[in-house]
Amino acid sequence: MYDTIIIGAGMSGLAAGIRLAHFDQRVCILERHYTIGGLNSFYRMGGRDYDVGLHAMTNFARKGDKRGPLAKLIRQLRFGWEDFKLAEQIGSSIRFPGVSLDFNNDIEMLESEIASRFPDQIDGFRTLCGSLLDYSDMDGGSPEFMRSAREVLAEHLSEPLLIEMLLCPLMWYGNAREDDMDFGQFCIMFRACYLEGFGRPYKGVRVILKNLVRKFRGLGGELKLRHGVSRIHVEDGKAVGVVLDDGTEIEGKRILSSAGNIETMRMCDDITTPEVARAGKLSFIESISILDRDPKALGFDRTIVFYNDSEKFHWRRPDDGLCDARTGVICSPNNYIYDSDEGTLPDGVVRITTLADHDRWCELPEQKYLAEKVTQYDAAVASAVRFMPDFRSNVIATDVFTPKTIRRFTFHDNGAVYGAPDKQLDGCTHLPNLYLCGTDQGFVGIVGAIVSGISMANRHCLMSD
Amino acid sequence: MTPAEIRDEIIDILEDISPDEDLDGLDDQKPFRDQLELDSMDFLDIVMELRKRHRVQIPEEDYGNLASMHSTVTYLEPKMKDI
Repeated sequence: MYDTIIIGAGMSGLAAGIRLAHFDQRVCILERHYTIGGLNSFYRMGGRDYDVGLHAMTNFARKGDKRGPLAKLIRQLRFGWEDFKLAEQIGSSIRFPGVSLDFNNDIEMLESEIASRFPDQIDGFRTLCGSLLDYSDMDGGSPEFMRSAREVLAEHLSEPLLIEMLLCPLMWYGNAREDDMDFGQFCIMFRACYLEGFGRPYKGVRVILKNLVRKFRGLGGELKLRHGVSRIHVEDGKAVGVVLDDGTEIEGKRILSSAGNIETMRMCDDITTPEVARAGKLSFIESISILDRDPKALGFDRTIVFYNDSEKFHWRRPDDGLCDARTGVICSPNNYIYDSDEGTLPDGVVRITTLADHDRWCELPEQKYLAEKVTQYDAAVASAVRFMPDFRSNVIATDVFTPKTIRRFTFHDNGAVYGAPDKQLDGCTHLPNLYLCGTDQGFVGIVGAIVSGISMANRHCLMSD
Repeated sequence: MTPAEIRDEIIDILEDISPDEDLDGLDDQKPFRDQLELDSMDFLDIVMELRKRHRVQIPEEDYGNLASMHSTVTYLEPKMKDI
């Protein structure tokens, strides 16, 4: 009998597991896949390391900073700063036709860019910054939280193009809703991206995942890979345990699930048809291009470029095709300020992410699927090089993941990267001892997912024990 | 444990929760919150660490007693005197 069974060995499940194991609970993390990380993963192919998921860690903080989500999670998980050792970004850009805004981890850069490109908007931008909700208002209790971000932005800014440009990175890095964003989520992402900024460990997401697993196991936690949960066993209105894909039953006093809200409901054997029909819709295709040189040698020093090829930013599932490459994210892990003892990365890398339709990708027959990966890679790169130097003659290796890949690794409906648009912020379900963590509970992104795991473990699994 | 030992133990817990904090100049009479960057998650950790290390149970309605070092030690003294 476990004190807590955790479903899913992604960032949130691992973080929750550490909290519980640290306080002497018997805790077991069950993961269907053969590897950890969920949406965030890493692999080796052709002698090279590849990262999936992490472009940048948002919420950058320097050693010694005590405020903000990153400092909080490091304290809560009893890590040291050196365990994550984030290198700061060189600088990122938001590129729309004819206008570009640069930003880095100091908000003054973005302010001065807005002052020079949109001089009559800078006062409005400052009042917008002053009206942001604080992290302490982020439990969803504030009446402002659920307002339309577009509506709030329009109260401060009169230039529609600037509104679109400011929304573009924030939606890309953490908005599960199509077209608009909850103001609360806007504030979380504004702080995470513009006020705190981007960083990356030299060795990428594997450092974070390996540290999480090492700590969890070191505390006596059990991690079982290839152990998919097929059902949550319910008796007398309470969860009593889980049934694995192979029929094995495991008993637990409570269950914390990162499988997603609807996905978790579907597992409960007291529910025949999950009433919630609103799974997230937004999924991505991402390509990794390995270059024969550092991107800086091609004149590209941007850490992240968020581009959009018209004045209106379209944030929705593609209406009529496999992908929509009108907007995208270009990132290069080479373009961080790494410590001199770390040096430079072994390869030049450019990753490009665009919007994709999960259902269309999953309907493709195998041969067609493989062919489309190549076609859509070309289309995404052709779209992106309008906003960066053309690197196509320098590519020596590529890999592509699609919504189908995301689905395979996360088991989330629709391959939804940021989960359902309506979050379950308190983590509660219809059962008194079944709770949610991860993307459908609240915060998204790597730091957000870890904070989600910590706060749900604290609130539901530690206090009541 | 004597009050002095309880104080040492609390210092040890604070160092564990927040290793970068300078605790040498801590004023026992002033609230922790005014001197250290502690939030509600950190206060929960003080409670949880006391439970983990010494099996001391602190009900939620008593959390207010953990405001300062002085009030914490006073509150814990009867609970920890036999440890």
